[in-house]
Amino acid sequence: MNLTALSGHTQVTRYSHSRGWLFSAVGVSCVILLPIITICAYLFAPPSDNWDHLVETVLPTYIGNSVWLMMGVTLGAGSIGVTTAWLTSMYQFPGRKLLTWALLLPLAMPAYIIAYTYTGMLDSSGPVQEWIRSSFGLQYGEYWFPEIRSVGGAVAMFSLVLYPYVYLLARAAFLNQSICVLEASRTLGCTPWTSFFYLALPLARPAIVAGLSLALMETLADYGTVQYFGVSTFTTGIFRTWFGMYDPVAASQLSALLMLFVFALIMLERWSRSRARFHHTTNTYQRLPEIKLQPGKAAIATFLCAMPLLLGFLVPVFQLLIWAMETYQEMVDARFLVLAKNSFLLAGAAAVVALIPALILGYGNRVQPSRVMQFFSRLAAMGYAIPGTVIAIGILIPLGAMDNVLNNWMRENFGLSTGLLFSGTVFILLFAYTVRFLAVSLQTVEAGLGKVKPSMDDSARSMGLNQTQVLKRVHLPIIKGSLLTAVVIVFVDVLKELPATLVLRPFNFNTLAVRAYELASDERLADSSTAALAIVAVGIIPVIILSVAISRSRAGSQSR
Amino acid sequence: MSKTRITRFFLCVVAVLSLTLNSTTGYTEDSVVNVYSARKEALILPLLERFKAETGIDFQLVTGKADGLLKRLEIEGEATPADVFITTDVGRLQRAKSANILQALDSEILQSRVPANLRDNDNQWYGMSRRARVIFYSKDRVDPSKLSTYEGLADEQWRNRLCIRSSSNIYNQSLVASLIEHIGVEKTEAWAKGVVTNFSRKPGGGDTNQLEAVAAGQCDITVVNTYYYGRLLNSGDPEKVAVAEKIGIFWPNQDDRGAHVNVSGAGVTKHAKHPGAAKKLLEFLVTPESQNWYAEVNNEYPVVEDAVTSDTLRAFGEFKADEIDLSILGEKNRDALQLMDRAGWQ
Repeated sequence: MNLTALSGHTQVTRYSHSRGWLFSAVGVSCVILLPIITICAYLFAPPSDNWDHLVETVLPTYIGNSVWLMMGVTLGAGSIGVTTAWLTSMYQFPGRKLLTWALLLPLAMPAYIIAYTYTGMLDSSGPVQEWIRSSFGLQYGEYWFPEIRSVGGAVAMFSLVLYPYVYLLARAAFLNQSICVLEASRTLGCTPWTSFFYLALPLARPAIVAGLSLALMETLADYGTVQYFGVSTFTTGIFRTWFGMYDPVAASQLSALLMLFVFALIMLERWSRSRARFHHTTNTYQRLPEIKLQPGKAAIATFLCAMPLLLGFLVPVFQLLIWAMETYQEMVDARFLVLAKNSFLLAGAAAVVALIPALILGYGNRVQPSRVMQFFSRLAAMGYAIPGTVIAIGILIPLGAMDNVLNNWMRENFGLSTGLLFSGTVFILLFAYTVRFLAVSLQTVEAGLGKVKPSMDDSARSMGLNQTQVLKRVHLPIIKGSLLTAVVIVFVDVLKELPATLVLRPFNFNTLAVRAYELASDERLADSSTAALAIVAVGIIPVIILSVAISRSRAGSQSR
Repeated sequence: MSKTRITRFFLCVVAVLSLTLNSTTGYTEDSVVNVYSARKEALILPLLERFKAETGIDFQLVTGKADGLLKRLEIEGEATPADVFITTDVGRLQRAKSANILQALDSEILQSRVPANLRDNDNQWYGMSRRARVIFYSKDRVDPSKLSTYEGLADEQWRNRLCIRSSSNIYNQSLVASLIEHIGVEKTEAWAKGVVTNFSRKPGGGDTNQLEAVAAGQCDITVVNTYYYGRLLNSGDPEKVAVAEKIGIFWPNQDDRGAHVNVSGAGVTKHAKHPGAAKKLLEFLVTPESQNWYAEVNNEYPVVEDAVTSDTLRAFGEFKADEIDLSILGEKNRDALQLMDRAGWQ
């Protein structure tokens, strides 16, 4: 048995504490990397003849569409996120207080649900075009109307539900910028525009990039939306190759390539940032004097911040409500409450579980900054860019093998069948969520740790605290807000997560997302709306808690 | 923690987990049947509940996409708790068979009630309901006498008038696989290219969306599974009924091989722990009552002859079904997909 190996682990503590962190960090990333390695292992398999087919026919389209999507979402989610974050943290305008937290609401909206909803409204048979035809006496084709099922439509959908990642991280960054720096820039003759572009934006760049990379990874991993829109992306290709051509090898190779591509992008960004590290060197914080905008400009600001909320949340929720009014009586029963409970508990557990490796990795990176560590933790976070189904299978393979070994061993030695101890229980779901959402918690935890100046560590250490004590007594109070953010985002992400949940969940265990998906994919949009609304409703609660916490955590604000 | 403490802890965890597992996966004799189902919960749970009420056999259910569940079965191997695998198309049934995760099931009831072309030659899977994929047309803009066969969909008269789902959809893959079998790869490829030029819009959405697009005037003809049309007709929602009433159903290839039909079906897994209960479940699914239920609730055609079917299905009229050996659809799935890729069918 490997019990000796287990007990050997305790000896690690005899080394210095920083070595301990390093070892745990490497250990954690290895466990997280298990499914990713499983998939990447296929890279060494000989390519099948399906590759020739792919390259000759559809691969260029897949790549083209994926790149368009990424560029579109960068532009869409990036500009919405940064604009709203800047306006809400720097200016006063009517509705700002409400918008500050409400702008996070689209986070609770699953991308495929918003896609189904907008299609229902804007399709050729939807109420909008119906109205155009009946009021102007036109036939279809006699007027111009944008096609929702297109790359552009998909970009719009993703931008609307993913911008909150950018908003959240960019806003936290803007809020933490010392007002003194901004004021100094103003005294040096910068206009608001130039200090935004030359000072605030570069200072917030790591945070913005972190938010954008989350949005992009989620875009690349999406299958439900693009499939419904008939936009063939890299992910579509993976699914068709795996399940249509029955070629797991080529499909895994495609997944591995996708992963490498994202990895390269992230590394490229970090490299271009090079050694520039931004730390505030001053402790002189002051409450930011929010600039009161003149009525005209204030109206524009309100409009700019209200639009994403309107389009990304209010309009689809309104449509869902209309549908739910027709169907909720059939849909809400005792079983529905169980679904809500399952979703809530699962998401809560996953959010806490996913935080642990993120803390170990983020912290290990800080204590022992080494290239190897950096590399490992970046790689471990790649799970976010891979379609959930592929991750799920990458997890099933090793855990299923472990279960079979354990099952046989227990049967031979104790005559007791353990069945699927790991892969047949909630354990595998929690593991899958951790792998998939590590990027989210890691980015957030690292953003939080970035607020802790290296000099703080040094002074704490010089006062005789060891690294663990520094974590507990210095860092934890500072990064508390970021930890909360990580927990909430993962919570909401798990609540919405579908593909891995669908493949891996145990018997008689359903969630709101599964219910919503089953009905929607059975083309019963109206029936699915109640479950979709419930996802949104359960997701809103933590989002609001988070918003309140963020506004309170403002550097130099009175409440701290 | 000391070594012995860890050992004790580990053994405790294993013991507790296996106890809970034993109570849930039920290793006791056939008091339970465990089902992996690609049929959505809404279309399988009521039948399982009825099964439980009639036989006293409890059930456990996981629903999901066929491909994912199939992969799960494959990886779980011997330790799998699943006894029955249910899918909604024959391609996946055939694939489960070739992945060697099903076992032959000898049942007089099943063999006598399910026609030979709707079950596996080695009795590894049995069809449970039939789903016809046929042509629908706009009553305003299309003269049904112009319609004839699936092959005819590539005719020039339908230029910019056809909408259909994407080629990622398994029903389209099965339809193309059947064409490959009947008219050969070359003709099918030429046909697919013709169909692609006839598209009035990029493929996408579900079958219901295609029907709605015909009603809205975005296209004039489409190919859809009949039960989606039945669902619109019976929805009770005046707008949806209005959509269905603008559309007519056309049974293609009635003068030759017949209309394309796929099946939903089920098989017993190779490592089933409750094969007896699994057999009973499959037999239960082909009783006239269960077969009627599918007809009534989801407008699917029964596989047995003595089912009563529903008013809606009777209104669709009698039709001649393609009696192709369904396992061929699974075997030719890859060819079908690659052919559609070459033809530019997104």
